Amino acid sequence: MSETFFGKSVKRREDARLLTGKGAFVDDLKIPFTTHAAFVRSPHAHAKINKIDLTAAKAMKGVIAIYTGKDLKDSGVKPIPVGWLLPGIKVPAHYPLAVDKVRHMGDAVALVIAETVYIARDAAELVEVDYQVLPALSDGAEALKKGAPTVHDEAPDNVCFRWALGDKAATDKAFTTAHKIVKQSFRNHRLIPNAIEPRACLASANAGTGETTLWVTSQNPHVHRLIMAAFVLGIPEHKLRVISQDVGGGFGSKIFIYPEECAVTWASRALSRPIKWTSDRREAFLTDAHGRDHHTEAEIALSAEGNFLGLRVKTVANLGAYLTLFAPAVPTYLYGTLLTGTYKTPAIHVDVTGVFTHTTPVDAYRGAGRPEATYLIERLVDLSAKALGMDPLEIRRKNLLTSDQFPYQTPVALLYDSGNYQGALDKALTMFDYPGFRKEQAAARKEGRYLGVGFSTYVEACGLAPSQVAGALGAQAGLYESATVRVHPTGKVTVFTGSHSHGQGHETTFAQVAADELQVPMEDVEIVHGDTGIVPFGMGSYGSRSGPVGTAAIHMGAQKIKEKAKKIAAHLLEANEKDVVYEGGKFFVKGTPGVSKSFFDVSLMAYLAHNLPKGLEPGLEAISFFDPGNFVFPFGTHICMVEVERSTGVVKVLRYVAVDDLGRVINPMIVDGMVHGGILQGVSQALYEHAEYDENAQLITGSMMNYVVPKADDFIGVELARTETPTPVNPLGIKGAGETGTIASTPAVANAVMDALSPFGIQHIDMPLTPGRIWEALRGRKEA
Amino acid sequence: MASVTITVNGTPQTREIETRVLLVHFLRDTLGLTGTHVGCDTSQCGACTVTLDGMAVKSCSLFAVQADGRSVGTIEGVAKEGKLNAMQEGFWQEHGLQCGFCTPGMIMAACALIERNPKPTDHEVRVGLEGNMCRCTGYTNIVKAVQTAAAATAAGKR
Repeated sequence: MSETFFGKSVKRREDARLLTGKGAFVDDLKIPFTTHAAFVRSPHAHAKINKIDLTAAKAMKGVIAIYTGKDLKDSGVKPIPVGWLLPGIKVPAHYPLAVDKVRHMGDAVALVIAETVYIARDAAELVEVDYQVLPALSDGAEALKKGAPTVHDEAPDNVCFRWALGDKAATDKAFTTAHKIVKQSFRNHRLIPNAIEPRACLASANAGTGETTLWVTSQNPHVHRLIMAAFVLGIPEHKLRVISQDVGGGFGSKIFIYPEECAVTWASRALSRPIKWTSDRREAFLTDAHGRDHHTEAEIALSAEGNFLGLRVKTVANLGAYLTLFAPAVPTYLYGTLLTGTYKTPAIHVDVTGVFTHTTPVDAYRGAGRPEATYLIERLVDLSAKALGMDPLEIRRKNLLTSDQFPYQTPVALLYDSGNYQGALDKALTMFDYPGFRKEQAAARKEGRYLGVGFSTYVEACGLAPSQVAGALGAQAGLYESATVRVHPTGKVTVFTGSHSHGQGHETTFAQVAADELQVPMEDVEIVHGDTGIVPFGMGSYGSRSGPVGTAAIHMGAQKIKEKAKKIAAHLLEANEKDVVYEGGKFFVKGTPGVSKSFFDVSLMAYLAHNLPKGLEPGLEAISFFDPGNFVFPFGTHICMVEVERSTGVVKVLRYVAVDDLGRVINPMIVDGMVHGGILQGVSQALYEHAEYDENAQLITGSMMNYVVPKADDFIGVELARTETPTPVNPLGIKGAGETGTIASTPAVANAVMDALSPFGIQHIDMPLTPGRIWEALRGRKEA
Repeated sequence: MASVTITVNGTPQTREIETRVLLVHFLRDTLGLTGTHVGCDTSQCGACTVTLDGMAVKSCSLFAVQADGRSVGTIEGVAKEGKLNAMQEGFWQEHGLQCGFCTPGMIMAACALIERNPKPTDHEVRVGLEGNMCRCTGYTNIVKAVQTAAAATAAGKR
């Protein structure tokens, strides 16, 4: 039997280049005669563009061209489209460069192309824009008030869409029969993704062939190609090649088709010169799509015994100044549908209003909608326990769905395929001594130390699917993934995957899957991704889909390869195909392994074609598309233990325990790593990160100096374990792992802090739970 | 314009450059050593960390002319004759990197850290790396990687 790789912590093959400085990130690439781009950006959140004077900038030595929004529009450039449409949605035009008005700080008004980046930036400073400054707003709730400034004429009340889900009558009825109703308003604040690699693009138009190559920091290069070709620039799709080799983190922010790459690609074609643009961090803060930003009023109906009877949620989602690619889906289908959480709540109704403001667009950021849902559910659970005088664990146990209830149809559209929520909770409690903690907490309080514990018994939905259903709900794209498995004449294998790796380690994990399925050594398998010129098609990586969807396509492709190979082998063995088996990398007639044909023999014959079954085409290659029948539903229990310092309000995380059920795991080391990083991103929302605007909609947390991207000494090591409930949705039983940490951790931390503050009668503080906010809440309060 | 001679990874490099060119741009654009990255404009992220006469510095915060006559080490010079050093091995072994963008700076900073403090505690590693941001790993495995490298280095010196 050949070695198998599934489930093993194989060291990553991509590391060899990344550890030695040999990565190929977009800004690292060099093409002769490359020119450089800089954007002129609005310093105002809302203003009319009266006039743009390019005279001084154009006169600068080394400046090649300067373009404005009008230049692009007049040449036929179209607005950047939206990939998910809801009924009645308003979709105002979003041109790559602003035409008449700017609508958020950093909105681009002109593009300068120069011989060096230093000159481009100097010239951009010399572009004089005459702005008529208009009143601006940044807050989603303010946007709905009478007399609020209007962002787009098409939406005079700033409402982009109104969306609802669930049985309203049944939910209202649940509230009339409730023993107790717990109500809370929640602010799920705005975050800025901050992948450490800033966005970048390098466009190179070849006037001779009419082809354009775009290297871009994308999580989904085929989506970039399709949208830029078909909707924005009108380039024939086959004349545009999009390449995203090494990408330095995405977290959602590199899904979207941004104005900069559209404008730069257009300009490269206009000038027939390569053009490079690399965002600086300030531009990243102003223009990378932000995340979260909800105002929510939520209430839960409770029975006297602590059963959840109904949940009513009203949310205002701030979408920013323009709709980016998936913005409408995030606070609706990725949020409202998850409000069941892990609980038996029979009636749920959610009402979401998406609004425009004069801020950076908001779209999917790690977790996308699901962290917002999980935070409010898990906070309400703790508030309910408090209201009923129950223990937070007891109320969870009472309401958790039980293993025999799966598949479970939730009241908000999702069909949970599988789950064992108690199993994960039990395992977490073997790692964290809860009764022991309560004793420790009581003892500490006597010494004036305030410890707290927070639970998050979460579920999430990832690997968004199936295409047909998503299409019916407004998606403008399919949600399958493709893979081409190409066996070469020597038996070596190249897998072309439509998934994209920007830190996830696909070159390793996908090779593990392919090598196992084809029963070949891992070093015989190469994984190719991120190039529309060589990968046939793909939807890319977001929403934790590479594992559950991308690997399934590879698995399918490998089955097709084995089927064809078996036909060839049977022919060579002069045997009936039905009698031939493939084991240990050899084809033989069942029972007679002594006479066999190797994978190499069969591969070679497939290409020599000297002796193939009659009618069989030469070659050994298969393309597969996997379109899953449902989402997958990772779940688990996270437990956070904190200490809050009474005098300063400083929160210190003392322990963090996470038990996740991600189904079958290809590479435990890599999955652990993703969970580690995900947890810190969620912890960081609870404690540190916060995008803030002032009254003029100026972003006042516009750099790493005043927006907290957590550092090594801001957190501790986490303790991980897993349970394994394979999903029946895909052939390998894999669920997504990229977002669980972020989805689960934020409420675990917030619950822990509120538990620590409970002696002071504090039930809720909106995040981030900074020392200032906690100190403010504690001011004047005495321990009960 | 100014003429500078900077010894980079052991090789003296003499170039005519604009005085305003940052050291990181000199390394990346003039010498083509693109392993050193730029992640922010405010010297917070540490992706550009290199060594200057053996000390870890942020190459986005120095003009190239300030390095004239001095010795700079970059990620490209860490492995010797194709053999990774203990820190690179540690990061590989412990999965201390994901997207790999912060990694060169992280390794340069971590190498300088264990040279200063050959047996750091986990807390000392975390504090010692507070000038380097990673958005992927949550730092858990970076701490393990540095400890593995520190142990391997100590064993090698015994």
